[in-house]
Amino acid sequence: MSEVILTPPLKDADLKKLRIGDTVYITGTIYTARDAAHKRLCDLLAEGGELPFELKGQIIYYAGPAPAKPGAVIGSIGPTSSYRMDAYAPMLMAKAGLKGMIGKGKRNEAVKAAIAKHCAVYFGATGGAAALLSKRVKQAEVILYPELGPEAVRRLQVENFPVTVINDVYGGDLYEEALKAYQEI
Amino acid sequence: MRTITYEEIKNTVAELCIKSCNHLGEDVFQKLKSSVHTEKSPVGVDILKQLVKNALIAAADEIPICQDCGLAVVFAEVGQDVHIEGSFTDAVNDGVIQGYADGYLRKSTCTVLARENYGNNAPAILHTKLVPGENIKLTVAPKGGGAENMSALKMFPPAAGRTGIIDFVVETVCQAGPNPCPPIVLGIGLGGNFEMAPLLAKEALLLEIGEKNDDPTFAAMEEEILNRCNRLGIGPGGLGGSTTVLAVHIKDAPCHIASLPCAVNINCHAARHRTKVI
Ligand code: SF4
Repeated sequence: MSEVILTPPLKDADLKKLRIGDTVYITGTIYTARDAAHKRLCDLLAEGGELPFELKGQIIYYAGPAPAKPGAVIGSIGPTSSYRMDAYAPMLMAKAGLKGMIGKGKRNEAVKAAIAKHCAVYFGATGGAAALLSKRVKQAEVILYPELGPEAVRRLQVENFPVTVINDVYGGDLYEEALKAYQEI
Repeated sequence: MRTITYEEIKNTVAELCIKSCNHLGEDVFQKLKSSVHTEKSPVGVDILKQLVKNALIAAADEIPICQDCGLAVVFAEVGQDVHIEGSFTDAVNDGVIQGYADGYLRKSTCTVLARENYGNNAPAILHTKLVPGENIKLTVAPKGGGAENMSALKMFPPAAGRTGIIDFVVETVCQAGPNPCPPIVLGIGLGGNFEMAPLLAKEALLLEIGEKNDDPTFAAMEEEILNRCNRLGIGPGGLGGSTTVLAVHIKDAPCHIASLPCAVNINCHAARHRTKVI
């Protein structure tokens, strides 16, 4: 397990170095999107359209922040459960070149296979540590679907945003390994 | 007969929404702190420390512990000698709207299929009970979607008994794995019927962390479930460890001779609720 600093766009060489359990600090631009935005983006791709923003090499953070208080960059912002995006993630990796996802919780086999096939990564952020994580967000702006409220697509500038590699390009799954290491039954 | 105004109910609900979202209960906070010393995994210890720090930042900055400020679940015990001016339900819903707006809390209520956000977090999920007296006891328990989605209900035949129930609860926790933001709290509703068991489970989540059931049979079940779940290995954040469940609370009610309903309501470590009597 090592500690790495990464800045998107992510390159295949960087992704091949990552192993489950690695701590990664992300500095640079990431995008938020949840189910509603994913559905719209995938509908666009399915119709053969172009995405309204470049996802090649980028990271999507599955998150819907609380509103920013006056003077604050953003409100509390922790990860949401990733399995709800399982229906869409493989398409974004295959057709839009998405390389990284940040969320919490398990992914299905199709997503894990797509991660291996398209050389991508699934990171976990600490679920519920939303006030703490908000301090790593330095800028935020809604770039798409403002009518979705918390589910709008936001472009975030983050600094040392802490995540852990859950699924790597080698098919590893940290949740499964962790269970094996600690279960006493 | 005592009169309680619409405004007073509304303002109290608003205040409870904000306080519950921004300030983790002392019982949960202390339990997270003490778990730092008992957790077996170094990564688990680190996650627990993050959660303690998170709660301190949220309280100091008056921002939500978690961005998911939940649906506003409101329990009201209304004294039967109280006269309420105006609509009680409207007062509660207006309180939710005010609290979520003034507190910069996330609004998460939406339509079922079109998924359109109402933008104000109303309506509340309101449970009202008539009780003796001339006060109103209001509890706001915001409930996030992540842990709620991992909850389960099973209508057992009576033969399932104690073992069937315990196995079901442990299996539910095992299936949920990292999804509901462990360490979690379990509210278990036993008995009643199809709609009552989940309500009992939800009410069980309002009990103080570690409070034992008065009935030794149920207290022993709580203990056994806690120990078995903490041997599953899920750990803080699901990254492995011995702190998966912080507390198990059972609430029971009489049931039909043919059935044994069991509801498991999972709450995340952001186990939020605040109460005030007016
Ligand atoms: S499960 Fe709880 S802690 Fe996790 S994101 Fe949802 S509300 Fe927050």
